[in-house]
Amino acid sequence: MTKINDNALWMSGNEAIALGVYEAGVKVASGYPGTPSTEIMENLCRYDGVYTEWAPNEKVGLEVAIGASFAGARALATMKHVGVNVAADPLFTASYTGVCGGLVVVTADDPEMHSSQNEQDNRNYAFAAKLPMLEPSDPSEAKEFVKLAFELSEDLDSPVMLRITTRVSHVKGVVLRGEKRQSHAACGINKIPGKLVMLPAIARKRRVVVEERMQKCRELAETAAFNRLEEGDAQKGFITSGVSYLYVKEAFPEAAVLKLGMCWPLPEKKIRQFAASVDELYIVEELDPFLETHIKAMGIQCHGKDCIPSQGELNTAIVRQAIDPGSGPELFAPVELPNRPPNMCAGCPHRGIFYNLSRMKVFVSGDIGCYTLGFLPPLSAMDSCVCMGASVSIAHGMAKALGEDGYNQVVSVIGDSTFIHSGITGLINTVYNNSASTLIILDNRITAMTGQQQNPASGYNMKGEAATALDLEVLCRAVGVRHVYRVNPHDIVETRKILKEAVELREPSVVISEAPCVLLPEMKERKPVSYFTNQENCVGCMSCIRLGCPAISWTSFAEGEAERRGYRKNQKGISKIDEILCNDCGQCASLCKFNAITRGEGK
Amino acid sequence: MEDTGNILFSGVGGQGILLASEITVYALLSAGYDAKKSEVHGMAQRGGSVTAQLRYGKKVYSPLIEPGCADIQMAFEMMEAVRYLPFLHKGSTVIVNTQKILPPSVATGQAEYPRDVLRHLTERDIVVVPVDAFDIAREVGETKTANVVMVGALSAFLPIDAAIYEEVIRARVPERFRDVNLQAFAAGRQVSTVSKIGE
Repeated sequence: MTKINDNALWMSGNEAIALGVYEAGVKVASGYPGTPSTEIMENLCRYDGVYTEWAPNEKVGLEVAIGASFAGARALATMKHVGVNVAADPLFTASYTGVCGGLVVVTADDPEMHSSQNEQDNRNYAFAAKLPMLEPSDPSEAKEFVKLAFELSEDLDSPVMLRITTRVSHVKGVVLRGEKRQSHAACGINKIPGKLVMLPAIARKRRVVVEERMQKCRELAETAAFNRLEEGDAQKGFITSGVSYLYVKEAFPEAAVLKLGMCWPLPEKKIRQFAASVDELYIVEELDPFLETHIKAMGIQCHGKDCIPSQGELNTAIVRQAIDPGSGPELFAPVELPNRPPNMCAGCPHRGIFYNLSRMKVFVSGDIGCYTLGFLPPLSAMDSCVCMGASVSIAHGMAKALGEDGYNQVVSVIGDSTFIHSGITGLINTVYNNSASTLIILDNRITAMTGQQQNPASGYNMKGEAATALDLEVLCRAVGVRHVYRVNPHDIVETRKILKEAVELREPSVVISEAPCVLLPEMKERKPVSYFTNQENCVGCMSCIRLGCPAISWTSFAEGEAERRGYRKNQKGISKIDEILCNDCGQCASLCKFNAITRGEGK
Repeated sequence: MEDTGNILFSGVGGQGILLASEITVYALLSAGYDAKKSEVHGMAQRGGSVTAQLRYGKKVYSPLIEPGCADIQMAFEMMEAVRYLPFLHKGSTVIVNTQKILPPSVATGQAEYPRDVLRHLTERDIVVVPVDAFDIAREVGETKTANVVMVGALSAFLPIDAAIYEEVIRARVPERFRDVNLQAFAAGRQVSTVSKIGE
């Protein structure tokens, strides 16, 4: 966030939402980190008067927010799109209970899967859970809409969803400061079982209330300013929402537009009037034909996914060319270049584990985090990855399918935060239903992928205050794992021995790999001693190169160069460590059998 | 929209692209422009290829640059100057930090770093401005100012007075680093005016 002047700020959509939440007088906020939602909570925790926390998963986070709402406070839950799957259970029933204090659930969708395993369109949740959903187009609107969402939540006695996408979350724009709501609803115990105890007899009554509320919301949507008619050229008229609106405005600046700030429920009368006022109606939306399906169900003819792609992000060029084919500039073709995929950092503790796994004949059931990069060459040591926590249960399922012979063939790998998120129940199942799969917990003391968030095992809370740290070894033993090992992943040789021993057991086993993430502030602040290559000793065996460390590179010899430089005649080249990039983990040195890698004096 | 300027920033995760794009934005905002900037966070930042897209003008709607419409690309690495070629057009300007960072396939000997990679730009009538930002930053006395050298190089192509940048740097940089950053900016700005190739 940067101040432009007294009133205007330059900020991202996520920062703007945090500001809006603060201005709305929210008292309790809980979330689980996930791109592109993470920075909402990270920024919100800097404001006074809002309690913020990282929950172990999205279901817990939403339940915390529901509890705060029941006590009368305005409350927020934030998550990425797939997090709503985890939180769907409380979400669908909170729709029935309604709220006491305003309750807003932010879903941050990731069309194009910049940092996600799927690109599900969470507008479908608003339809399925019967909840109002607002969809801002840019940071300025995101702040305005989150405040509006709290008003609506209280007026309609309903949780309200705010759907953003990567190009709202991680786009920066100019945002105006607003007034902070001063009067807080009094918090206290409210015993209203007829509203809050969802057993069948009461749920049936609340089911009726849900329909009445959605009808009320539909009527409100007909006249509310957030569903905005922009008059213009009626040859082609556009109905659009969210970030797609911006692309329509760029591609067809003169056209008539109905901009829906609320994508569910829909203002049917307004849509009919607009459709009747234009010659051709286009529905422009990213991902699913959500608006299109519901507008077509009204019996209105329109274009939509017959021309607009349903996969990936849209942009101005895609929208313009979908509707006016051949209208774009001629483009330079891309030049073929070596790819530059993301890579684990120099000194990353995960690398040691995946190096060992790449040398073992096992199926590696992986999970969601930085360590999913263990999939990439040269390590290529991950064979499946589905969703948070799935590694453990998938390994168990595979072990059961493989039967007796499969006892030493399947290993699952999960990070500390992901294990706490939803791996623990899988481990309980592995023990209870007894399979011999081995679980490796990569404990780097932080939620790293999303940018260093604290978690229940890290020993600190969101604000960086000391917190009770979950003891992973004690937990594993408590659920009944008899064989729990702790290893230093940087010691590759010793770790291999233990991994082999654990895999060969005919009982469940857990190996906890303990080494901090190199991006932790305390790791960055230390002055690492760097390793260097004694190039005269290097025989070009490439053992260290196979680690795939960004600090180690290979130089091929030209013809005759090996001999000229005093190496074996047929040596192909030598490796070199970039001492500036090296983070002092020593994995390469533990692999080198030729005394060609030595720890130096420090940077 | 013709009156909207489009600047593409490209480089490798961890190079500080976001910071350089921020300083540029502050200057544009101070000069009275509207602006939007799109970034990608998350997995790509782990040493992968990274971009930021900056658009400025009287009123900016879309945060994304259309392919073929980037007026200026500011590349922090040589190969990353070429990777986004479809975003450029004849006459685009590419300011490139002449640094090589080896991608994994090259570092592990599976592929070679392309030779004379910038010719892909000059052959297509794209103006290339090579900047040895690291070296210039070292001469100024602080290698960490390489980013600001690049911002200076970019500034020569934008309709903003140097004084506005200097004001931004004064306002945002801690006092003890202020002078060295101002020098880095000036040195970068100077380089742009002498080192164009392919024009």
